[in-house]
Amino acid sequence: MPRLSALDMPDVPKAQLPPHLEQQRTRVSCKSDAPLHTEGIQYSGAYASMGVDNSLRLDSFSKNFRVEVVRLTEDEIEFDMIGIDASLANAFRRILIAELPTMAIEKVLIANNTSVVQDEVLAQRLGLIPIEADPRLFEYVSENDTAHEKNTIVFKLDVRCKKDDGRIKAKSSELKWLPGGSELQMASTNSNPSTNPNAKPKTYTSFNCRQDSLPEFSHKPLRPKYGDITIAVLGAGQAIDLEVHAVKGVGRTHAKWSPVATAWYRMLPEVVLTQEVEDGKAEELVSKCPVNVFDIEDIGEGRKKAVVARPRACTLCRECIREKHWEECVDLRRVRDHFIFTIESTGALPPEVLFTEAVKILEQKCERIIAELS
Amino acid sequence: MEHGSLTDLRSSTFSLTDEDHTLANSARFALNKDPRVEFCGYSIPHPSDNRVNIRVQTTGDPAKEVFKDALQDLMVMCQHVRGTFDKAVVDFRESEHDKEMKIDS
Repeated sequence: MPRLSALDMPDVPKAQLPPHLEQQRTRVSCKSDAPLHTEGIQYSGAYASMGVDNSLRLDSFSKNFRVEVVRLTEDEIEFDMIGIDASLANAFRRILIAELPTMAIEKVLIANNTSVVQDEVLAQRLGLIPIEADPRLFEYVSENDTAHEKNTIVFKLDVRCKKDDGRIKAKSSELKWLPGGSELQMASTNSNPSTNPNAKPKTYTSFNCRQDSLPEFSHKPLRPKYGDITIAVLGAGQAIDLEVHAVKGVGRTHAKWSPVATAWYRMLPEVVLTQEVEDGKAEELVSKCPVNVFDIEDIGEGRKKAVVARPRACTLCRECIREKHWEECVDLRRVRDHFIFTIESTGALPPEVLFTEAVKILEQKCERIIAELS
Repeated sequence: MEHGSLTDLRSSTFSLTDEDHTLANSARFALNKDPRVEFCGYSIPHPSDNRVNIRVQTTGDPAKEVFKDALQDLMVMCQHVRGTFDKAVVDFRESEHDKEMKIDS
């Protein structure tokens, strides 16, 4: 008798998992009490006994990976990312929130503040104002570094409420860009005006040239992204006079540097009717769902059946399988490698640019480690 | 930084500074998907330290080379993701543009 490998037996399926294992591998099941098979199977040899290769093949990844943009506006993008593992999707999300740099107000020099808002609260509010400046054009301020035109943006806020103005609001649009750098003079101890009367007074920045003379800013002045953010409310006679310095940073240090309002993903919901749901039961099922996933279809002879019309709307609230026996008819699942990704930009960069920058950062991380190991 | 023994190159622990779950979890995924890897896992010894330890044990190849290959795979995947994404955005813009033209005409 010729030798036969167990894998060559006729009843062993080739390169194909039995349906129940395939479902475990590609779907998360949501039962009424708890989700099932939440953790993906990563180990390359997990299905070796069935002749199925679970290792990563870059060519098949390239073939199967797809991106479909659903919505794209000035500050928001929603897209489907299909054929990628959660670990990578999550890496992109984490980088978007915490590791992409933006410019944000870091220093506030307060010359005068007679408003009811305390200095430190005012500074905190100013820090959170999104600045419309491409962070790729700036450098990080390192320790012992002076503020110069390549790492700092200076704005001035000078508002006062006259006696008969009643009450006014200081808005973010009143932050005026100072392309020439700080205008506040440093109180120096050893300066003697008599020794060198022509010397320029020392300020808090040392710009070598005006920022508006640089080609990247000359056509587009730097300003806060939104002009209608209330900074403080001033009563009669109150005034705020200050200067702010915006620098480059990342969201890991402080959330004000996060370029996204938020970035999140969800797995594509899949709703399957495992049994026909007809007539009265169909009506009941449709009315159970708060987001209208199901529709009713006529099947002739005055009979009706329930169909799954909008599975994408499903929030997995599990209301449809909460009551007894419904779990036998309705199966709620999530597709493990299909992510509905949403990015809300705060305005420094458009959302589609943010995503490509995030992917680049992950690449740089890999590159750095490879270089260190070699 | 790499902690391994000189006699047995098959298993090593890589201690990466200034990295967190972002890279470690992606690297673990790529490593586990490599048939040469027997075991792979990562830990963050203390949440206040910016450090992760990635443990790699292989079936025979040097752990360092396998780890480098996994990172290389990750990079190739990232490049493909970026290319596909950029193309999808361009396609979407074009289709939106076409729709607007139809409404106008």
